[in-house]
Amino acid sequence: MYRYDEFDHAFVAGRVAQFRDQVERRLSGEISEDAFRPLRLMNGVYLQLHAYMLRIAIPYGTLNAKQMRMLAHIARKYDRGYGHFTTRQNIQFNWPKLEDTPAIMEELATVEMHAIQTSGNCIRNVTADHFAGAAADEAADPRPYAEILRQWSSVHPEFSFLPRKFKIAVTGAERDRAAIQVHDIGLHLRKNDKGELGFDVYVGGGQGRTPMVGKKIRDFLPEEDLLSYVTAIMRVYNLYGRRDNKYKARIKILVHETGVEKLSAEIEEEFRHLRDSELKLPEEDVARIRAFFAAPALPERPEGWANLAAWKKADPDFARWVDQNVKPHKHPDYGMVTISLKPIGGIPGDASHQQMDLIADLAEEYAFDELRISHEQNVILPHVALADLEAIYRALKPANLATANSDLITDIIACPGLDYCALANARSIPVAQEISKRFGSAERQAEIGELKIKISGCINACGHHHVGHIGLLGVEKKGAELYQITLGGSADNETSIGEIIGRGFEPEKVTDAVETVVNTYLGLRLSPQETFLEAYRRVGPQPFKDALYGATAEAA
Amino acid sequence: MALQILTANRLTDGVAVWYDVDGRWSESIAGAQIARTKEEADRLEAIGRKAFEDNLVLDVNLIDVEETEAGIRPLRLRERIRAEGPTIDYSVLA
Repeated sequence: MYRYDEFDHAFVAGRVAQFRDQVERRLSGEISEDAFRPLRLMNGVYLQLHAYMLRIAIPYGTLNAKQMRMLAHIARKYDRGYGHFTTRQNIQFNWPKLEDTPAIMEELATVEMHAIQTSGNCIRNVTADHFAGAAADEAADPRPYAEILRQWSSVHPEFSFLPRKFKIAVTGAERDRAAIQVHDIGLHLRKNDKGELGFDVYVGGGQGRTPMVGKKIRDFLPEEDLLSYVTAIMRVYNLYGRRDNKYKARIKILVHETGVEKLSAEIEEEFRHLRDSELKLPEEDVARIRAFFAAPALPERPEGWANLAAWKKADPDFARWVDQNVKPHKHPDYGMVTISLKPIGGIPGDASHQQMDLIADLAEEYAFDELRISHEQNVILPHVALADLEAIYRALKPANLATANSDLITDIIACPGLDYCALANARSIPVAQEISKRFGSAERQAEIGELKIKISGCINACGHHHVGHIGLLGVEKKGAELYQITLGGSADNETSIGEIIGRGFEPEKVTDAVETVVNTYLGLRLSPQETFLEAYRRVGPQPFKDALYGATAEAA
Repeated sequence: MALQILTANRLTDGVAVWYDVDGRWSESIAGAQIARTKEEADRLEAIGRKAFEDNLVLDVNLIDVEETEAGIRPLRLRERIRAEGPTIDYSVLA
């Protein structure tokens, strides 16, 4: 993984010192909240319902054991013993004291982490495929480019006061696992017939109150033009993006209102001026960054094949976990392990300090010191020998980390919702917990197959409900919570925004409604191989409307 | 008018607090000072504004409540969750 150089260390240390001074002046009353608020937000410190919240960046979701142990330490020393992994591959702590935040930043800096640009109208943490560098279907590791973008965008003077926040995602695999088409910029790294690398470029995707699927504006942008082209997009957005209305300030609105042809022409024109500038990526610089992400030397471990077969035969629970949570690695003797942070009835994305320490130990012992956070709020061990799976499973199980539900109905994305968030209108976590309990049996989940439920507690859509196969949006109606159901969303290569199926459901009725949707699917699918999404795309919303509201009811 | 009380978050640690009958910012809603008239609400609002300016608290709000046998109960769920904490059994430091 990337290691800080002297410049990075000095920059982060300088920022910590600056923030310490700002907090001291705030606590002494020298600066007002109005002056301090933008300063704390630039360092990831929000105010939520019960306390401050600190959002720490995990660049493109990659971290090592030492960093994970630091997060456990922060949870223990400065918070209430746990943290929450987010849909942007970051971690949030829910209870830090303002007066402790400079010390937290100082501790983070010792392991090359920080909270810079995790808030504000700037370029946020660049996210990437959580299986990057390991997946069997990958053309190239996207993380070197995410790192190049991170370095370029960190306190970029021209792009620190954009009309609104800006999110970039990169994938290097054929199958998009980074939801690139619902980002402001989505980059799909590909290799052509000559072995050269380039990017398909999408702009204007996003969720929130106006969900949009990104538009492809470039096929195979040459690797060397990455920064020139992204700069061109940023300049056009910075110039024309609306600043009069925050709800219309994202680039998706600009793309929508201007039209993709016209905007794309503006971007190309700007790019024409930039492409031969100092932004052109020298091959030696790319190679230098790429070297940081070189895959570990993976020794041959062929004994795993026979061992695994025997272990699976002896223990059906282990077999189920392997089948669901271990995906094929580039190296046939290895697998990519998803450590589920979705125990049945648990809080999606939460991990205790003990769990974080355990995961760090396992990464060190069995996984070449590499960890990933997925946007689906799970932790990944990207390089694990099949021969070590049994030992990992035995260690995870007593810590409630071995739930075999990756991509299944209980692998739910949920935002913090009204239990924590100052913006929320309704709770998300209790709804996720109840659905998880209802569908918790392993047999039932297996019967249902791949089904992604995503829950947001307000229209800002941090819980990605728009791209849930089943999406739930919590709203406040007449002082009470109500949940709107959307169906048919997805955030893969064929990204789609879910359709609102009808009037919303009260908290005590929403799990029944989800069950009705699921049972309707089970009744109409052509075979167990037809997934929920495929079935929905085949039959459309009507059978689900009929089941939920009665055949004669008009959908609201 | 609806009964109102004054709430905010404490500057130093962000913890939710309520302005109580003794004129202190308390971590419990139970003893909050209740405004029953427009004048009393205006007075509380002025106290809140001053406390914000004095850098004691932030996010200051007057919120609607009712009096029940169990004590003061905010009308909005958001404020009930602020008063009682997350409704979920979150992981706590052992």
